[in-house]
Amino acid sequence: MAYKDVWILGEQENGKIRDVSYELLKRGKDLAEKRNVKLVALMLGYEIDDQQLQTLIEYGADKVIAVNHKKLQDFVVDPHINVVTELVNKYKPEIMIASATTTGRTVAPAVAINCHAGLTADCTGLDIDEETGNLIQTRPAIGGNILATIKTPNHRPQMATVRPHSNQPLERDSERSGEIVHETVSEELFASRIKQTDFKPIEEEGGNIQDANIVVAGGKGCKKEENFELIEKLAELLDGAVGASREAVDLGWISYPHQVGLSGKTVSPKLYVSAGISGAVQHLAGIKTAENIVAIDNDPEAQIFTVADFSIQADMFQVLPLLIEKLQDHKKN
Amino acid sequence: MKIIVPIKQVPETSNVKMDPETGTMVRSGVEQIINPLDLYAIEEAIRLKDEQGGEIVTITMGPPSAEKALREAIAMGCDSGILLSDKNFAGADTWSTSYVLAQAIKKIGDFDVILCGERATDGDTGQVGPGIASWLKIPFLTYVSGIDKVTPKSMIAERNVENGYQFLEIQRPALFTVVKEINFPRLPTLRGKKKARDMEIPVWGPDDVDAEPDNLGLKGSPTRVVKISKPKVSREGEKLTPQTDQEVEESVDKLIQYFEKLEII
Repeated sequence: MAYKDVWILGEQENGKIRDVSYELLKRGKDLAEKRNVKLVALMLGYEIDDQQLQTLIEYGADKVIAVNHKKLQDFVVDPHINVVTELVNKYKPEIMIASATTTGRTVAPAVAINCHAGLTADCTGLDIDEETGNLIQTRPAIGGNILATIKTPNHRPQMATVRPHSNQPLERDSERSGEIVHETVSEELFASRIKQTDFKPIEEEGGNIQDANIVVAGGKGCKKEENFELIEKLAELLDGAVGASREAVDLGWISYPHQVGLSGKTVSPKLYVSAGISGAVQHLAGIKTAENIVAIDNDPEAQIFTVADFSIQADMFQVLPLLIEKLQDHKKN
Repeated sequence: MKIIVPIKQVPETSNVKMDPETGTMVRSGVEQIINPLDLYAIEEAIRLKDEQGGEIVTITMGPPSAEKALREAIAMGCDSGILLSDKNFAGADTWSTSYVLAQAIKKIGDFDVILCGERATDGDTGQVGPGIASWLKIPFLTYVSGIDKVTPKSMIAERNVENGYQFLEIQRPALFTVVKEINFPRLPTLRGKKKARDMEIPVWGPDDVDAEPDNLGLKGSPTRVVKISKPKVSREGEKLTPQTDQEVEESVDKLIQYFEKLEII
C-alpha cells in the first residue's frame, strides 16, 4: 500500500481538545490541498465526545480517527506511542505533523524510530516541493542564528513537529462535514511500564508562557525580587502570562517554567513585552517567532531593541508604574 | 546502579558557521563545550550514584576532539567515558545518532538508568533521548524536573509540562531527559581534573558496536538539510527615547495606542 494522506496528531487535556490541534489542522490543510489528499486528525484520549471530534472537521479535517481508552486519559508515554505507531503502520500517512509541545516532542521521536521515518523538530515553515511532492521543512537552529530547510526524500511518513502558536487555525466552518472513525486497537498496546501517580497544576503562579497569547517578561533590570511585581501586575492587566530572562530565574525571582530563551522555553505569543531585559542571543532565540515585540529598557545598546517592533528606551521604573496606572484607567472606562 | 549519560559537544558561541555544500556545521575554529543542558544530566547521575552507589559511564558521538567533553564530564564525577568516533558516523541526523548511541549502550550493557539533557543547544531537537529509548525498547520520560524516589524496580519522577507537573512511576531500566530545574550542576574538582587527564578513553567505531552500515552517517539518515539561510533578525521597529517626564508620559500613551492597534486592550 502506498503512503498517502496528511495526518495531524491532535492533543487533549482531560477530554478537551487542545487549541494546538486546530493550529495543526491549518498547517495540514495547506499541505493536503497541495498534495490533493485527505487531511486526517488522529485523536487519542478518553471520553472525548463526537461533538468535540466534529470540531476537528469544522477546523479543516476530512476525517477523524479517534481512539478512546482509559489509559489514554493522561499523557503517559507507552500507550500513546504504541497506538500511534500501530496506526501509522496500518494506514501509512505520507506526512504526519505534531505540535512541538512536551507531548508532541515526546511522541514524535519515538514513532519516527519505530516507523523508520525522518523527523524534523520545531518547524516554523512547512511546504510541498512542487517537483517531487516532498515535504519542505524549515526550522530555526543554532539559537535561531540560521534557518535550515530539511527534506525527507526516501522515507515515509515525513514527520515534523510544528512550533505551537506559530500560526492561527482556519476559521471554523460549522457546515463542514467529514467522517469520524472510532478505531479499536489491540488491548496489549495499552500495557504500560509507566503510570501517572499525581498531577500538580501550575496555573496559580503566573500562567503558562507557551500557551499564552500575551507574555510580559522581566529581567535583571528589575534589580530586585519585589520589583518583579511590576511585571506581574502588567501581565495581569494585559491578561498575559509572566516570563523572565535567565538572570531573573537564576536570581530566584521566579521559577524556571517562566524562563524564556535557549535554555528555557520558546514562545510565540501575539505580543511579547519585555522590561529590563537587554536581550542576549540566547534570550532572543526564544522570542523570534513572537508576532509583536515591545521592549522597555534604559540601555541604549540593548540587543532587544534590534528585534522589537515598538521600543521605549527609558527607565522601566518610570515607564511601568505609569503604564500600569493608565491601563487601569483605560479598563475602568 | 549503573548509570549511562550520553552527552554532546557543542560550539561555545551561538555564532557558528555552516558548510554550504553539506549543510552540516563547521566545527573548526570555535571553542567546543559540553552542551550546557547535558550538565544537568551529569549532575543528576552523580547525585543518584552518591545516594545509590554504582558507576557512571558517559558516552558521546563526535569527532576525535569530542574526547575533551568526556574528560570534562569525568572531571565533574563520571567514572569513565567512551568516544564513538568514525568517519562513517559523520553527518548523522537524530535517527542515526540515536541508533549508534543505543548500539553502544547495548554493548556497555547491564544499565539501570540513562540520563540525557533535554536537548542540545545547537541542533535543538530534543529527539535523541527518546530515540535512544525507542531503539532500546525501554520506557522513558522527557522534561524531567525531579527524580523523587528510587525503588528496587522502579523510580518516581516529576515531569514539567505546559500546564503543571506530572508525577510518574516508571519501571527500570529507564531513560530520562532532564530539564534545568532539576539541580545545580557542580564544577569539576582539581582531583577530578587530574583523574580525567589520566583516564584512558576507548574509541569505538561501527564494528565495535555491531552497527548496520546502512544506518550510519549521512547515508543512514532519513532527513537531509537541503538549504541553510540567514533569518531576518532585525525588525523595522519604532523606537522612542524619552528624556523628560512629559516625554515619558507621551511614550506610554503611544504604547497604549500600539496595544489598541493590536486589539489586545
